[in-house]
Amino acid sequence: MANDEVILLDFWPSMFGMRLRIALAEKEVKYESKEEDLRNKSPLLLQMNPVHKKIPVLIHNGKPICESIIAVEYIDEVWKDKAPLLPTDPYERAQARFWADYIDKKFFDSGRKIWTTKGEEQEAAKKDFIECLKVLEGALGEKPFFGGDNLGFVDVALIGFYSWFFAYETYGNFSTEAECPKFVTWAKRCMQRDSVAKSLPDQHKVLEFVQTLRKKYGIE
Amino acid sequence: MATGSVKLLGVWASPFVNRVEIALKMKSVEPEFILETTLNKSELLLKSNPVYKKIPVLLHDEKPICESLVILQYIDDSWPSGPSILPSDPYDRAIAQFWASYIDEKWYPLVVEFMKAEGKEAKAAVLEKISEGNLLLEEAFIKINKGKSFFGGDRIGYLDIVLGSLLGWVKAIEMMDEMKILDETKMPSLAEWDKRFCSDNVVKDIIPQPEKLAEIHRKFHQMKKATSN
Repeated sequence: MANDEVILLDFWPSMFGMRLRIALAEKEVKYESKEEDLRNKSPLLLQMNPVHKKIPVLIHNGKPICESIIAVEYIDEVWKDKAPLLPTDPYERAQARFWADYIDKKFFDSGRKIWTTKGEEQEAAKKDFIECLKVLEGALGEKPFFGGDNLGFVDVALIGFYSWFFAYETYGNFSTEAECPKFVTWAKRCMQRDSVAKSLPDQHKVLEFVQTLRKKYGIE
Repeated sequence: MATGSVKLLGVWASPFVNRVEIALKMKSVEPEFILETTLNKSELLLKSNPVYKKIPVLLHDEKPICESLVILQYIDDSWPSGPSILPSDPYDRAIAQFWASYIDEKWYPLVVEFMKAEGKEAKAAVLEKISEGNLLLEEAFIKINKGKSFFGGDRIGYLDIVLGSLLGWVKAIEMMDEMKILDETKMPSLAEWDKRFCSDNVVKDIIPQPEKLAEIHRKFHQMKKATSN
């Protein structure tokens, strides 16, 4: 493992990139981070992810692993002696995979629609978003983390979105704390971990980034 | 070895249900098949899959597992003594998962879009996108199979099940629209793989014939029209 070359092709506000940052930090893996300019994608990115041309891409000893959930699982298997993310019990593993998939299928889109739409469409997106948070709160139950006593697969998959909440709340005009206080308690608990705190960008920077995107897309 | 009751909520015409049937058969597990009707969802389905309310749902010792790709991995984890469904090497596993995700999120939705498109021109436009995807899958197959018969090597594995399960419907759509989606001249290796997959002992009694699926599609649309009038 000492001679491993690990490179992460990333983009600072990406909640998908954050997943890999956290997983690699939890496993104490040394890696080189390369920041991509998504308006001018590097030849390396296009070579390593020719199908989707997207970040994040994990490059392990020259071999690319694309799609963030798949890459987190890969990291968990390869560096298995530290901080296990997926549980060992098959049923618990299936639950973790189910919720990670739910986050990708439902949660990301509803959040995105809050800052890219207006009026009725935006109101519907807000409702969907809060509904998703409540479903996730249900899945969390009384546990401190989705992973139980420690940060697990679903926590890693989800927490990056928290850095975007200030932007969602600003444009959607709502308070997550008021709607889903349990979710916010969970998020703040995750933020106490070094691996998470160091992997998430400042929420005000994210808001500024969203402002620029809205101007670019003509939403303002 | 896993014990306990195994039940599968589904319909025999669903390729996603077929995936689970194939995987269980590989592990020599015979589930109790609980037939759902697509128009009226049962209490059991709504209780077992409250998030999506969709089939397939695997009930192992009454505990529900949803989403076909999650179920395939669960079956592999729970019955480790049977033939492996996923590759054992972490990198090969990541590649298999990548292509499964591509097939379910990009390729197959295009096939469905093709089916729904109205008029030859609209269909041709979608077909062009599908053809690009077909070339990617052909390349992927050649890279992954390492000269062997299936994505999984000498026997069928995860990716064979994920892509192969969809072929019944792809061929049914080809029949209904009288247009070729899978062009053997452009994807010769996959064309051969298709024949091997469909005649494999584990698969052959599970994937319905395209003619039957086309018939179901016609009947379903007639029923929908009748109930909406």
